[in-house]
Amino acid sequence: MDNSHAQHTNKQYEEELRDLRADLVKMGGLVERQIADAVDSLVNRDSNQAREIIARDVEVNRMDVQIDDHCIRLVALHQPAASDLRFITTGLKITTDLERIGDNAVNICERAIELNDEPILKPYIDIPRMAQIAQEMLKASIDAFVGGDVDLAQSVIERDDEVDQLNYQIYRELLSYMAEDPTSIGRATRILFISKYLERIADHATNIAEMVVYMVQGRNVRHQVKQ
Amino acid sequence: MADKMTVSHLNAYFGDHLAIKDITLGIAEHKVTAIIGPSGCGKSTLVRCLNRMHEVIPGARAEGEVTLDGANIYGAGVDPVQVRRSIGMVFQKPAPFPTMSIEDNVAAGLTLNGVAPSRPEKARIVERSLRQAALWDEVKDSLRQPGTSLSGGQQQRLCVARALAVEPEVLLMDEPCSALDPISTARIEELLLELKANYTIAIVTHNMQQAARCSDFTAFMFQGTLIEFGDTNQIFTNPSRRETEDYITGRFG
Repeated sequence: MDNSHAQHTNKQYEEELRDLRADLVKMGGLVERQIADAVDSLVNRDSNQAREIIARDVEVNRMDVQIDDHCIRLVALHQPAASDLRFITTGLKITTDLERIGDNAVNICERAIELNDEPILKPYIDIPRMAQIAQEMLKASIDAFVGGDVDLAQSVIERDDEVDQLNYQIYRELLSYMAEDPTSIGRATRILFISKYLERIADHATNIAEMVVYMVQGRNVRHQVKQ
Repeated sequence: MADKMTVSHLNAYFGDHLAIKDITLGIAEHKVTAIIGPSGCGKSTLVRCLNRMHEVIPGARAEGEVTLDGANIYGAGVDPVQVRRSIGMVFQKPAPFPTMSIEDNVAAGLTLNGVAPSRPEKARIVERSLRQAALWDEVKDSLRQPGTSLSGGQQQRLCVARALAVEPEVLLMDEPCSALDPISTARIEELLLELKANYTIAIVTHNMQQAARCSDFTAFMFQGTLIEFGDTNQIFTNPSRRETEDYITGRFG
């Protein structure tokens, strides 16, 4: 059941819930940009940009703590129930996923800086594709959160397989590079890490989408074995 | 799990006014059932129908069926006094009999029921009831003091002891904590959890957190009808009715 149909009698509570939602959307947007820029810094071999992105992670961490505090305060002061309770607990969990995504973006930048110091191993084709999907999943999961859209959340959950497959494809490809030329091992391993970070980002977006299903329907769809 | 009591198609009137409409629900044995809802929704009227206290009010009457262990308490030839003995009640404001000592207050129900226990028998019942009401340790050295000498929270537990003295099977509580501070409230709530091992309890409360904390099942009433009835955990995390959702999240009116 969505919780936008009627306003709370307590106006301040109503406003606080609205602020929390706005902060989560803002944090989602910030993290989305971190991923996009991180992959740009890799593809464009721009280490300065990579360092700027790493520095921006402070803001992601700050928002994580702020949203956490806000959720805890709402629970302590308003004893939320039903859809409000599900919204606030979802907020608490989503902020952790977003913060981890932010960390993954930092990790991508760290590997990018290392890779930029060496000659290019191969043009990046699958990594940007994977990043594109992971980003779309994150955006859709946040949109699903804002709109309480279970169908959209479900589509995010289904897309996770696409990213897993790309990750495996990249692994196979890099394995062949490493087998052929041992001097490529250092670079190939770093690219492999980046592939894994993107795969993790898609997992976090999936977690967010699963929490949206819980938030809207009170139904837990996590850790279900896919048919 | 068996229902100790059942309510079927219960209507209750004050004169011509239909206060509760077509209520059907079960009160599970050895569980706490909470009844919540805004003022005037009929929740007190409902519990008062559960032990035939409603009809005591001039012009008030009830129709439908309420059973205790399968027998209709509104059946022909049923003695309401006997019903109230099996189904005790604790009210909003603790009201010990002002002229009576603590022990006489506890034993009052026995005396009023025409039972005159022997002195040792009375002492035994008083101690058992006060222990069950978690008041014994605080009053065991002052049993001859007036009941009104106790604090509000203690007085309410004294009223619980008084209700338990006649060994009821069901205990009804109509906002038993609304006049108590949070510590006394916590003691009553803790008491509910202890008592449900031996009794079946229905509690009317304005305090939704109280219903969430100490009940197994929750009934939500609005404008005389039962809107939703179910597992307390489900009602407070994922109610199925919009009206329930609005009420427990504070979006009412």
